[in-house]
Amino acid sequence: MSSTTIPGVGGRTLADTPRAPRRTPPARVVLYVFLIGASVLWLFPLLWALFNSFRDYSYTQANGYASFGGFTFSNYVNAWQQGDFGRHFLNSVIITVPSVVLALLLSSMVGFVVARFNFKFNLALLGLFTAANLLPPQALLIPLYRLFRAIEVPYWFSYSGTLLDSYWALIVVNTAFQTGFCAFVLSNYMKTLPYELYEAAQVDGLSVFKQYWKITLPLCRPALAALAVLEITWIYNEFFWATVLLQSGDKFPITSSLNNLKGQFFTDYNLLSAGSVLVALPVLVVFFALQKQFVSGLTLGATKG
Amino acid sequence: MSSPDLPLVAPQTAQPAPSGGSHQGTGKKQRVRRLSGRDRVAVVLMVAVPTLVVVGLVWLPAIASVLLSFTNWDGVGSLADVKVIGLQNYTDVFTNYPPFKPAVQHNLLWLVVMFVVATPLGVLFAVLIDKELKGSRFYQTALYLPVVLSLALVGFIWQLMYSRDQGLINAVLGTQVDFYGDPKWNIWAALFATCWKQVGYVMLLYLAGLKGVDASLKEAAQMDGANQVQTFFRIVFPVMRPINIIVLVITVIESLRAFDLVWVINQGRNGLELIATLVTANIVGEASRIGFGSALATIMLVISLVFISIYLWVVMREDER
Repeated sequence: MSSTTIPGVGGRTLADTPRAPRRTPPARVVLYVFLIGASVLWLFPLLWALFNSFRDYSYTQANGYASFGGFTFSNYVNAWQQGDFGRHFLNSVIITVPSVVLALLLSSMVGFVVARFNFKFNLALLGLFTAANLLPPQALLIPLYRLFRAIEVPYWFSYSGTLLDSYWALIVVNTAFQTGFCAFVLSNYMKTLPYELYEAAQVDGLSVFKQYWKITLPLCRPALAALAVLEITWIYNEFFWATVLLQSGDKFPITSSLNNLKGQFFTDYNLLSAGSVLVALPVLVVFFALQKQFVSGLTLGATKG
Repeated sequence: MSSPDLPLVAPQTAQPAPSGGSHQGTGKKQRVRRLSGRDRVAVVLMVAVPTLVVVGLVWLPAIASVLLSFTNWDGVGSLADVKVIGLQNYTDVFTNYPPFKPAVQHNLLWLVVMFVVATPLGVLFAVLIDKELKGSRFYQTALYLPVVLSLALVGFIWQLMYSRDQGLINAVLGTQVDFYGDPKWNIWAALFATCWKQVGYVMLLYLAGLKGVDASLKEAAQMDGANQVQTFFRIVFPVMRPINIIVLVITVIESLRAFDLVWVINQGRNGLELIATLVTANIVGEASRIGFGSALATIMLVISLVFISIYLWVVMREDER
């Protein structure tokens, strides 16, 4: 791993003098060019999709995509109508919100017990949860698929008559999977809370549940917020379970619905661009509005919070 | 949100002197014996309910997959008339299932590319952004913007680049390559798009790690006449060992789980075979070969469990400190 050759930047020339006077050394210029170039390269595919989503199909057919002009807003209108985007966005909300709330609730309970008490099985419990999030979902597909198919529920509960092809299946699977990750992060965060809090609460006669509900949870607000942002993004982006556990197209959340629409969108790339931008929009809004939470959530999971 | 900043990296992650657990110096953690009956019930429930959900929906299905892999069940009829056929499914996977070999090769290729291309690039960007040059925020945002997009969407966005007739790459080069359809090209097209997303993620993890490295260490190395590259490879990189291992394990697991992108492109056929797509195709498709698909699933499970164990060992050991 250590034999990585670094393109474009001669590391040896980067001996930077601290607080160099106004003059930028040539190595710095190379560095800036490299970073700006990389950033533009990284942004380009998205900007390209954005650019073409505003252009008329017949214009790009006549002039090729590497042209300029033919601007219109109609792709968005068409994509929204043809793709039934309103419905699919609603599906995403129906699946994502309960999953995130449940995952945070369940995982905060486990995290609290692990952080608050000194049980022998704490580590094993945490391991059980953390590992669950890392298993390949395909390895659980068969039993879960059959299980959901076998559980019959009344039609008012699920149109399909079983849990398969219902929102419920996705909510429970996403909840189970994400609880593992959240439990790990939250327990780490809760361990940083001073223990005296609980001693004081004990003296005041607060029950264990009240300690969790009234003391720990409010103090974990930043971690909960970070995780919520991260989990909303992940479950919104979740593709595998939605693809295999849902069969009727009208139940698909937005991320997997695009795949369903591929046939209609396939020849019209301007429409595909508009659809892609629409699907990306919510996560991008969340990302820009809550960047700090997003980053801290990601790094909390990978390192110790 | 006027919340305090979250500590990105705990001091014990990347400092030479571990500051120890947070409970040192405070009273010993409480034993459950001193709890009242009602509290005890609360504790039991708070552990039991989430555990049941995770065990019931993750671990039991995983075990069921392993058990089913020794049977010849085709999904028709009840579980009662299932015959146990031992290792027959595994023999079939390894000897007369043509897509298996390319799938393993593609998964390995995936892993190698993520290691050799995406990870070093991510580390490099992290180091450069950590210097806090002008515009760091912009570079950081640009590079990890793709991280928030779903891989399925990444497939569609890159289609605008890759398409044979309307894609930008062919338009610029004047070529007629069908990047998604041609088995010579499509695995590389998929890998390139995946790297585009992965680099920002690696960068972010290392940025967090770099922030935790003690500045005095770097200074001391510079005083001793080490240049920047030496400082990084001999001082900074070793100190970040836990992060290195975590990134390594996550990369392996993610490479094994790779699915969304190739499924969007062509459901993992024709040059894009991956183990994950084979499992799915054997179950969801018209050919529901449950026993056989379970054998494939078990192979995935075993490989990932090895690396999950490493991961747990690293993070839990830090816990103990």
